Amino acid sequence: MSTASTAPRRRLPLTWLGLLPFVIFVTLFLVLPTMYIVIGAFQDRDGGFTLQNLRDLNTGTIPSSYWISIKISVASSALGCLIGFGMAAAVVFGAVPKTIKAPLMTFSGVASNFAGVPLAFAFLATFGPVGLVTLFLRNNFGIVLQRDLGFSILSFWGLTVTYLFFQIPLMILIITPALEGLRREWKEAAEVLGATTAQYWRMVAFPILFPSLLGTFALLFANAFGAVATAIALTGSALNIVPIQLFAQIRGDVLGNPNLGYAMAFGMIVVTAIANIVYIWLRIRAERWMK
Amino acid sequence: MSLWGRLTGWIVLIFGLTYFALPLLGLTEFSLKARRGVYSLDAYAKVIADPEFQATFGYSVMMALVTIVLGILIVVPTAFWVRLKMPWARPYVEFITLMPLVIPAIVIVFGYIRLYNTSSWLPMTGSIMGTNLLLAFGYTILALPYMYRAVDTGLRTIDVATLTEAAQSLGAGWVTILGRVILPNVIPAVLSGAFLTFAIVIGEFTLAALLDRPAFGPYLQRIGANKPYEPFALAVIAFGITWACMGLIQLVTRFSKHSKVAR
Amino acid sequence: MAFLELSHLEKSFGSNRVVKDFNLDVGQGEFISLLGPSGCGKTTVLRMVAGFETPSSGAIRIGGTDVVGKRPNQRNIGMVFQAYALFPNMTVAENVGFGLKIKGKGRDEIAARVTEMLRLIGLPDLGGRYPFQLSGGQQQRVALARALAPKPEVLLLDEPLSALDAKVRVSLRNEIREIQRELGITTIFVTHDQEEALSISDRIVVMNGGIADQVGPPFEIYNRPTTRFVANFVGQLNAFTATVEDGAAGRVRLAGVPVTLPAPVSGGSVDLAARPEALYLGRREGNDVVLPATVRDVHFLGSVIRIGADVAGMQVALDTFNRADQPPPAPGAVVELSLSSRDLIVLGG
Repeated sequence: MSTASTAPRRRLPLTWLGLLPFVIFVTLFLVLPTMYIVIGAFQDRDGGFTLQNLRDLNTGTIPSSYWISIKISVASSALGCLIGFGMAAAVVFGAVPKTIKAPLMTFSGVASNFAGVPLAFAFLATFGPVGLVTLFLRNNFGIVLQRDLGFSILSFWGLTVTYLFFQIPLMILIITPALEGLRREWKEAAEVLGATTAQYWRMVAFPILFPSLLGTFALLFANAFGAVATAIALTGSALNIVPIQLFAQIRGDVLGNPNLGYAMAFGMIVVTAIANIVYIWLRIRAERWMK
Repeated sequence: MSLWGRLTGWIVLIFGLTYFALPLLGLTEFSLKARRGVYSLDAYAKVIADPEFQATFGYSVMMALVTIVLGILIVVPTAFWVRLKMPWARPYVEFITLMPLVIPAIVIVFGYIRLYNTSSWLPMTGSIMGTNLLLAFGYTILALPYMYRAVDTGLRTIDVATLTEAAQSLGAGWVTILGRVILPNVIPAVLSGAFLTFAIVIGEFTLAALLDRPAFGPYLQRIGANKPYEPFALAVIAFGITWACMGLIQLVTRFSKHSKVAR
Repeated sequence: MAFLELSHLEKSFGSNRVVKDFNLDVGQGEFISLLGPSGCGKTTVLRMVAGFETPSSGAIRIGGTDVVGKRPNQRNIGMVFQAYALFPNMTVAENVGFGLKIKGKGRDEIAARVTEMLRLIGLPDLGGRYPFQLSGGQQQRVALARALAPKPEVLLLDEPLSALDAKVRVSLRNEIREIQRELGITTIFVTHDQEEALSISDRIVVMNGGIADQVGPPFEIYNRPTTRFVANFVGQLNAFTATVEDGAAGRVRLAGVPVTLPAPVSGGSVDLAARPEALYLGRREGNDVVLPATVRDVHFLGSVIRIGADVAGMQVALDTFNRADQPPPAPGAVVELSLSSRDLIVLGG
């Protein structure tokens, strides 16, 4: 390398020094804190090794809170993928005018970042007890959301519908480029070889999109699973999901055992990690045909 | 495109857009209802006059700016160095920068609280300044995936190696190369990352609440539990800020495209 | 009886008529090229035959049945696209077998046919590879095999060579022609490359502005172009303007030299053209027209030498074979060029 002679201090064996600031920063504020939690999950109060914390995860409301968290995450990511895919496909494949694409992408950028407390307020103001839609249905049709349709914003479906507000746009943002990468010639080649549109999708387009779909699903899942602010602002502590429980534990040690808190946090990492490992594994299998 | 496909497309799109429009409509409508019987901006007036709003909002803006500077200082040299000298390390660095999308923020901040408490080797939470710094570091981590991707994409469009060698042949040192050659060339990308960081930090709740800092997110949540209309006015403001940030990203991207054509 | 008939085909996109009254009868097993510059409507014609575009009016008959209104997947047509149309998620064998799988053929039958097709295109061992592991030329050969595997009635080739580099282009076009002859499949080949069209077609359709300017065998298209466009587009050309002296007898004056054309002409002046190889340096038996010229430049191209010269203010190019014992004239030399008046092309429209 030409730099060797002009700057002898930077000889090749020392190139890794350039990464040092990044490595130190990430170690201190990402890796170590996470490791601390993981290790703490396997320690008792005196620092000895134990599996008791993990066993204790199976007590009280903890299993049900994991279960409902996973259910909400799966439901909101699955619906988010489905609806987001539909909207992106409608725009990319020209079912609706192409001019809609740019505003839709910008809006998706906004909405995918419009999470947390303000989002909760928006849904409260719309579907809450005195929300816009709630009042509209009651005053004009005599329909009471909770009583007649069984819908409450403070429930599983309420939270799922709220999460969709950032899940759908995230899907649109990620899948649109993938859909645009589908070449017209593939569709035409399949067609001329006798394939119906359904066969084309099943045998060509879907397998090609599969890795992107899968990755987006894993990302949406982690996104919903770790969402704290929206849930707290929306439901307070009415809904027993993992992030809310962990939040309360960190604030006031409501479990009465700090190491059980670590175990809960560790559980969250495990769940999102499993989602991502499944994703990576499936992606490697699906991508044999990629460079 | 068949009629059937067209119809399905429209139905899906209209369904989706209705879903997105309703909460925004509900939010805005509600925020205007502070005065009985008529729409008014009373809630906004009250909120803006609230000294706590001013304080927390100012704090969050400050935090966002510090986070952006930290992010640039860490991400730009790293992404540059990886592209220039250690391309083999790129997948690993990329993997690390994506971790904050997988590890929930609440877990990371939980680690901070225990790792950097008053009795630890680095008692950052022991002082206000230290906690503020810790919060900014945490935000930098949260913004890392977006910042790194933006900058790396920006670097891909310029010939890093040639630019560096050209600058070196003219006698520039590393700081000069980074600050006066590389950075100006990836400014649009950096700005995109910066605006995104701003949007994330300004309303962030979890880290600020658990580190007990007087930021906008926790204020929003607290006031939501106590006041009838103000929180909705605040939410509209927050949405407006997010929208403005995305608008600025669009603007910057478009501007940079124009400058590229001109070259 | 023509196997593939296109009659009075028209296609408009909005107010833009891209194909105008296009007629073509293709015989069974014939290899037809649609040749023309980009935007001349040749690809649109092909896409109408394939079924990707619906004609604004006109009929397309394959084996006597009108296929307009049939979807592409009901037409039993094979098609090769410009590039990258292999399904990236399937191996070569899966790609080639795709059409048969769609038709519901059995596993063994598909495997046998795939093996046969891969042998035909000379890639018998690459069945397990993915498209990204192949070169461009290999990919297009696989695409050809994929199109042919279901035994289509008509093969459509949409500029299949244009994305490849020059050497591969020549070898693959010969291969395509060989395979086409072997299978006897009716083929339409779209290209903008006149050399390609000349070298492999039974007949060429030269298209311009949505119209078929001239239809004929390569020899006729090249030597007897009927329009100025065809003459200019196919091969290189020297154009002269001659004054007519006696139109009915075909007598004209070219650069001051009297010339008698084989056919009568009309008007006060006429545009004539000659291929570079029709001009001869010096006099020769049978060349009844002799023109004085000044050599402007000499390009040595190997087996051929191309000489640029001025003839009464008109610039002409002529090709002469290289011979070691005959060095070419130097620039500035005054020479005589001769040609046979029968080689002069009278340019209409």
